[in-house]
Amino acid sequence: MVKKISEHQQDANDLRIIHKDKLSVVLNVLVKISAFITMAVLIIMIAYILITGIPNITLDQFSLEYNTENVSMMPAIINTLLYTVLSLLIALPLGIGSAIYLVEYAKKGSKFVEIVRLTTETLSGIPSIIFGLFGYLFLCIFCGLGYSLLSGVITLSIIILPLIMRTTEEALKAVPDSYREGSYGLGAGKVRTIFKIILPSAVGGILNGIILSIGRIVGESAALIYTAGTLPNIALNVMKSGRSLSVHMYALLSEGLYTNQAYATAVVLLLMVMLINFASNKIVKHMGGKNEQN
Amino acid sequence: MNSIKEKGMKWLFTAAASASILCVFLICAFLFVNGFSTMGKIGFTEFIFGTVWKPLNNIFGILPMILGSVEVTLLAFVFGVPIGLLCAIFLVYFCPKKIYSKMKSVIDLLAGIPSIVYGFFGLVCIVPIFRNLFGGSGKSIFTAGFLLGIMILPTIVSVSESSLKAVDKNYYEGALALGATHERSVFFASVPAAKSGIIAGIILGMGRAIGETMAVNYVIGNQALMPFDIFMGGRTLTTNIVLEMGYATDLHRDALIATAVVLFIFILIINLSFAFLKRRIR
Repeated sequence: MVKKISEHQQDANDLRIIHKDKLSVVLNVLVKISAFITMAVLIIMIAYILITGIPNITLDQFSLEYNTENVSMMPAIINTLLYTVLSLLIALPLGIGSAIYLVEYAKKGSKFVEIVRLTTETLSGIPSIIFGLFGYLFLCIFCGLGYSLLSGVITLSIIILPLIMRTTEEALKAVPDSYREGSYGLGAGKVRTIFKIILPSAVGGILNGIILSIGRIVGESAALIYTAGTLPNIALNVMKSGRSLSVHMYALLSEGLYTNQAYATAVVLLLMVMLINFASNKIVKHMGGKNEQN
Repeated sequence: MNSIKEKGMKWLFTAAASASILCVFLICAFLFVNGFSTMGKIGFTEFIFGTVWKPLNNIFGILPMILGSVEVTLLAFVFGVPIGLLCAIFLVYFCPKKIYSKMKSVIDLLAGIPSIVYGFFGLVCIVPIFRNLFGGSGKSIFTAGFLLGIMILPTIVSVSESSLKAVDKNYYEGALALGATHERSVFFASVPAAKSGIIAGIILGMGRAIGETMAVNYVIGNQALMPFDIFMGGRTLTTNIVLEMGYATDLHRDALIATAVVLFIFILIINLSFAFLKRRIR
């Protein structure tokens, strides 16, 4: 068995062959301090938000109707759910479809594939505020959708599209070629092979993509403010405006009147994100760590 | 019948793959058309190099914001890059197996926390601390850079980690065999070999930092003045938009969209250099 580098170091330490010079000691300490700082930053953040936030959570923040007295975050939570489901409804078929094209159909090195990859990378690097302004210009004004759930959903779909494409593509690539050959050998056509053999084997990777996308949607604020508006009620149809939980937090902070509620909202947001992360880790582990997130 | 289905599905998949091209095309078209016509109206040099932003007097100069964005990004580097890089090195070469998965989930979680929560944390925790340390309001370009440094950590760690992992182990073993210590072998043989991957990670982090809006919004102070002192308040391109878009009308609104176009051009340059670097590594 080939040894890992850290095990080599263990050997060297055990035998005490190497006398460490000053620089090595300094580097060693620096590396460990940095790792410690990274850990500490997260722990401090989580602890601070939980400790200051939890006492501020009250029951009436979870009532179905928002009014200026209860400043309920429940409508925002429901809206977040709506955004998540509807955006996935649009982005999943597109993302999975394009990943299937890239892995199963595309010829290697074709110009079209190059352009698809470049544009996908570009999309994933565009900051949310730019998506927000684009959604405002294109969806709200040019298409006449106004500040609405629909404008927000379409904008969010564009944001998560590259994420779903990338995770699905990796999952499809991890399906062994022998599956495809076996299926063809039994006389199945390409489409049948894709839907009956390849997609079911890639479902773990796709699921992880979905969960990462949910995380992105839950955390999104800048892109939604100018597309979906900031009305604090449940969006009863797709043409109505409604704020998501992150936008709710933004609104609370910019109004400056509801600091306690902002603390409480931060806790709920943080818990949501931690839950999503936990689920994603479980899935990656379940797949045997084959598909790393990066 | 069957061949029609096969062909039809192929077209559907191709159409889906074109979606991202269409999106990028639309984004570019709408932003550039709106932005450049506004810049024409205001005057290109007055807009980009103007040092005064007074929307009420129809004076739109965004140089303070451009410089603010650049300064904030550079500060994020100063805080984020050394720690992120060292942390990646720790993960690949120093980390005991037991801690590894814990460290990984810490970094994933750091990446997953919404920027609005970072902003909130910055506002209620970091700003008061900096107010005591440095005086003033505590909201400054320095504070924003510090917060962004934390936010770009996960990006830098994960990209550097994967490029460090891809380095041939012979480099390390060769150095060790020549009598170098573990640390020297790692830092002077393995890390230089992963140089371009690490630079790619830094570029990606730069894109994150310059485009970040919500977190910066609450800690930078938002004065639209030339940012000569990093311990004073300032404004970035992103926060300029988010602060004023809510009530802006007419030329003021168009000027904000033009601000986004300038930011978008920065992002495109950063993205393309990342894509170029990534392809060169392969």
